[in-house]
Amino acid sequence: MDDKPFAITLGVGSSLANKTGAWRTERPVYLDRLPPCNNACPAGENIQQWLSLAEEPSYEAAWRQVMRDNPFPAIMGRVCYRPCETACNRGKLDEAVGVNSVERFLGDEAIRNGWTMPVEAPPSGKRVLVVGAGPAGLSAAYHLTLLGHRVTVADSGSAAGGMMRFGIPRYRLPREILDAEIGRITAMGVTLELNRTITDLPAAMRGYDAAFLAVGAHIGKRAYIPAGDSARILDAVSVLRGMEGDAGAPLLGRRVVVYGGGNTAMDAARTAKRLGAADAVVVYRRTRDRMPAHDVEVTEAAEEGVRMKWLSTIAHADGGRITIEKMRLDETGFPQPTGEYEELAADSVVLALGQEADLTLLSGLPGIEVADGVVKVGPNMMTGCPGVFAGGDMVPAERTVTVAVGHGKKAARHIDAWLRGGAYEPPPRHGLADFDLLNTWYYSDAPATVRPKLDVARRISTFDEVEGGLEESTALFEARRCLSCGNCFECDNCYGVCPDNAIVKLGPGLRFAVDLDFCKGCGLCVAECPAGAIEMVPEVT
Amino acid sequence: MPAQRTKFYQVGSFAVGNRLLPIEQRAVQAGMERRNSLTSGHRACRGCGEALGARYAIDAAISASGGRLVAVNATGCLEVFSTPYPETSWQVPWIHSLFGNAPAVASGVAAALRAKGITDVRVVGQGGDGGTVDIGFACLSGMFERDDDVLYICYDNQAYMNTGVQRSGATPPAARTSTTPVPGNAFGQGKNVPMIAMAHEIPYVATATVADLRDLEYKVRRAMELRGARYLHILVPCPLGWVTEACDTIRVARLATESGLFPVFEAERGEVTDVTKIRRRVPVDDYLRLQGRYRHLFGDPPQTEVIARIQASADRNIRRFGLVD
Repeated sequence: MDDKPFAITLGVGSSLANKTGAWRTERPVYLDRLPPCNNACPAGENIQQWLSLAEEPSYEAAWRQVMRDNPFPAIMGRVCYRPCETACNRGKLDEAVGVNSVERFLGDEAIRNGWTMPVEAPPSGKRVLVVGAGPAGLSAAYHLTLLGHRVTVADSGSAAGGMMRFGIPRYRLPREILDAEIGRITAMGVTLELNRTITDLPAAMRGYDAAFLAVGAHIGKRAYIPAGDSARILDAVSVLRGMEGDAGAPLLGRRVVVYGGGNTAMDAARTAKRLGAADAVVVYRRTRDRMPAHDVEVTEAAEEGVRMKWLSTIAHADGGRITIEKMRLDETGFPQPTGEYEELAADSVVLALGQEADLTLLSGLPGIEVADGVVKVGPNMMTGCPGVFAGGDMVPAERTVTVAVGHGKKAARHIDAWLRGGAYEPPPRHGLADFDLLNTWYYSDAPATVRPKLDVARRISTFDEVEGGLEESTALFEARRCLSCGNCFECDNCYGVCPDNAIVKLGPGLRFAVDLDFCKGCGLCVAECPAGAIEMVPEVT
Repeated sequence: MPAQRTKFYQVGSFAVGNRLLPIEQRAVQAGMERRNSLTSGHRACRGCGEALGARYAIDAAISASGGRLVAVNATGCLEVFSTPYPETSWQVPWIHSLFGNAPAVASGVAAALRAKGITDVRVVGQGGDGGTVDIGFACLSGMFERDDDVLYICYDNQAYMNTGVQRSGATPPAARTSTTPVPGNAFGQGKNVPMIAMAHEIPYVATATVADLRDLEYKVRRAMELRGARYLHILVPCPLGWVTEACDTIRVARLATESGLFPVFEAERGEVTDVTKIRRRVPVDDYLRLQGRYRHLFGDPPQTEVIARIQASADRNIRRFGLVD
């Protein structure tokens, strides 16, 4: 101090000696939030992560990221009902990111290039029996194999895939795609035992350390319909299953009535059209907005000329015609009869009133609880019988392929922990990245791309796939529409907008750090972060 | 030739950087090796727009001149917060003389370099709106009419902020300052220096804001490609004088352009050659409401006729410069 002029406290030099961080009352902190797409995915995919890899573009890395959670990207890209896109924040900006289109592109790319999944875990010496080779069973088998266990999958069907093969028509899911993705799992060392119906589970489990049951729900529910002797009444599950057999397509006639309002009803009606029905009518006792079927299915069915009769029940069926009673919704939304009738020509009536699970294989198992026709499982997917886990359509949940795949993954993790004598603790979930946390100014204007669709004339005369895939350049464009909600994607905004150079850029992939010696806590980095990946935290003094 | 806009790379060229762009297309500010010509430890307020604008502009000029650059500074916030004796935040050869003579000193530096036969060292003069629009105005006009080889940059925060927010010739109508208390600055006063610079028919005149970095860097680069007198007018919001939140500095600059109150354009030899179109047009209310200096317009009852006059001036800019297609 003594050698300095009056009122001067610092030596000649750079202002770097002046630690302006002392002015701060709040500090910026980087964080990761849970993007809505990841939050909504029933299979627990890290969608944002694989979109980000696809953007670079590194398609194989992106595909491997999908495969960490879901072994069926090409199938998902065709049959998933896309809860991610419903939740997507970009939907509030223009249109949701075409997550599903990109996933399909990655899945097809993997099949085209023959990418495979190596099993790197050391063998555990444990064996697991999976009953049912549908999406839940195959997903569990896949994940258990990756974790080092030996898996046998038993299925009563003549081919693997469960409802993906016997419930979903090939115009939505071509069989070569299904076969390719199932083949990839069996190539990993999963033993597949087809045409094997397990009735005595305790006996079948000898030599196995745990079991995962995923037998699905294949029995079409019957409703009592007063019918004459000549009436032809079938159930939708059998009709769709018949499409896959060698027995030839089921005979439905020229005028087909489908009774029900779910996705299966839509598929049955669309299949009838393709089999040559001049008229396919869906009869449903409520209104369209109350239909369990997904919008995309209803729309595509309507495009193909399927007619809908809302607020109607079948009162009587005879050979060649049915009687319909009109309904009205009461104040609780329940349909009530009105006493008005009309007649409709019908060569056959296809019932699509939901499915039930065949639970006979559970007889003789201690501790199993069944309610409403489905098996009760705990949060770890285990039934009341230790070592026996269950998932898919036979447990209480939404019945979609993606949900089943998620069940298989979740069960595999818990089975793995159980086999190793521990418990699986899922990692803590980040807070949700809501739309209002984003600064959307920084995102390019980019309208969504639409997948090509087969024209209607071709659709109703063949079983060719209705929806096409995206070209490489369009898939890349679509991936790059992702906003990276809640997670830093290194746009350099914080590094650029800090008036005090207090953000340190750590290099590609390493993100940023705050230099607290100089950060004055102005909050510009937080305000201008497009993704909402920084927050201000009060300084503790 | 306007700033090249990158399309469809998630953030295109709106954000500072973009990991999907080739290195040569990235912003200077996105580089790990950027100069930081105005380095940390300076004493500007939290969220200072001028500190940001100065680093953006001078870093870009250093990048364009290969580091062969001399900066001449007028008195004002920028000089006071960056060089309290005996320390400096500048990482570039830098000289300060008086409040009113920065353009003349810059002319002198350019003349000295020419006399010594040095052609690769470039000169940048810079100051706030007080030192440029009012006090140094005669020197600036002289520099323009002599076509001296200087790029002069004005950091416009619309008042004399350094001495306590006094009105300047760049203060907008109705804005409250310490010398224009409520009802605020009069309508029909002040001057538009970018237009005055254009009237000198100098090689290059442009406006920019801290809310559009890519555009600002492009304009500095373009100016450095030319010789002779060049003028860049950058809008730099001041949290203290505008009474805004420190974290709103960029947002308020963005709203200044999106409302049409601050037209962003470039001109060569007195003719407008390009304008930055408004992307998401907003009413002036959105811009005014963020700022305490206009708070008296939104009392009970709100001064709708004053707001309407401000809106009319924004509409006139939009019409005059063709800011909306």
